[in-house]
Amino acid sequence: MPRLLSSAVFLATWWIASLLIGDVKLPPPPAVLAAVISEARSGALFLHLGVTLARVALAFTLAMSLGSAIGYLMGRVRLADRLGDPWLILLLNLPALVVIVLAYIWAGLTEVAAIAAIAINKLPTAVVTLREGTRALDASLDEMATVFALPRWTRFRHVILPQLAPYIAAAARSGLSLVWKIVLVAELLGRSNGVGFQIGVAFQLFDIPLLLAYSLSFTAVVLVIETLLVQPFELRLFRWRPRAA
Amino acid sequence: MRLEVDIASKTFTSAAGEVHDVLAGIRFTLEAGEVGVLVGPSGCGKSTMLRILAGLDPDYRGHVSRPAAARIGMVFQEPRLLPWRSVEDNVRLAAPLADEAKLSALFAILELDAHRSHFPGELSLGLARRVALARAFAIEPDFLILDEPLASLDGPLAARLRDQIAILVDRRTVMTLLVTHDIDDAARLGDRLFLLSPRPARIVAEVAIRTPRSARGDAAIATIKADIARRMAGDPTGRVA
Repeated sequence: MPRLLSSAVFLATWWIASLLIGDVKLPPPPAVLAAVISEARSGALFLHLGVTLARVALAFTLAMSLGSAIGYLMGRVRLADRLGDPWLILLLNLPALVVIVLAYIWAGLTEVAAIAAIAINKLPTAVVTLREGTRALDASLDEMATVFALPRWTRFRHVILPQLAPYIAAAARSGLSLVWKIVLVAELLGRSNGVGFQIGVAFQLFDIPLLLAYSLSFTAVVLVIETLLVQPFELRLFRWRPRAA
Repeated sequence: MRLEVDIASKTFTSAAGEVHDVLAGIRFTLEAGEVGVLVGPSGCGKSTMLRILAGLDPDYRGHVSRPAAARIGMVFQEPRLLPWRSVEDNVRLAAPLADEAKLSALFAILELDAHRSHFPGELSLGLARRVALARAFAIEPDFLILDEPLASLDGPLAARLRDQIAILVDRRTVMTLLVTHDIDDAARLGDRLFLLSPRPARIVAEVAIRTPRSARGDAAIATIKADIARRMAGDPTGRVA
């Protein structure tokens, strides 16, 4: 109910603002809806959304799995931490645009370059979060696992992974929002399909309803994924916690 | 099955860089089926010794021979349960081979039936201790280590839990080592008592109790306790009950 109300407030504000500014710069909701419908009818909307989602899924999976593994290693092994730390600082502070442009220059305007560039942007934050989580592992539970001679897999699955879960969830949450933002830039600069590419086209044609149609459809998809996938998953993961915050 | 312990010394370096002697001359043996009790004042190094015996701390001078491939069940001073797994899962993860009948019997003795599906965060300390006991017994250990399992529980509850431990220890042949600062617990549960000095700990006396646990009445317990008190005070000519 509160969600519905806040969506209604958003729509009302938009409509009023479009009346004040004029519908050339900010078209009212019905105009944008018409653009959404015509794009959906031609199939272009689903094609571009699908392509963007596939890129997000690939880059996110790649960055999360690689980042978690590297972060765990750096949290456990001191030498790995020392060796990896300068690289980590470099990657953390490298602007997304630099990575994307360099990737396109070195690997060509290819799908591999785009996905790699997005993944590299997300990788260091996953590493940092997981390294912190690994450092915070409870030594007393480790001792328990040693005394009871728990097999390696049992230990990882039931002792270590649940302790890392909040850190993995945090890395996934912040990482997903980062990937949503960067994927459009990568598409704008070097791909010929995807939401980012369509927004670039709309910008060149100054077609504001089209621009908003793609932006809002994209945001809607992000919202649906957050509420239907990410949040229920987190709820299930932490059901053992006493109810609070 | 036999445990031989001969620890010459164990030192510990504090964060400030000072070196402390924790153990100095611990020598004893324990046979299968015996309950050995280490009795000593708080902070004398009992837990440090248990960590060495459990194989968690290789940094000491001396020698410990544990039977090869002995299954170790340990109850730590804090329960050390996995907060994200239910009571039953906590036990099953440690003892994947235990069958349902054995687990049911164990949960019944420890009065945990109603709590199988609870998470550790929902349990009182007394209950959590019992889950830790269930976990240690479920693996059918050859060597059972109990680190102050009754500490900070109130009188009647501690007494009940002590009786439950006695029942479990007598159900099968297991080498048990119990650490406590409570002479009463030692007198009621032990077969052989090792009395420890304050830090750095060494064994000042060894007391063997021949009366079986179940046959010890209040009078026998009182005699044993008096004997322990006398030995701890340094009188070597104690009588054995």
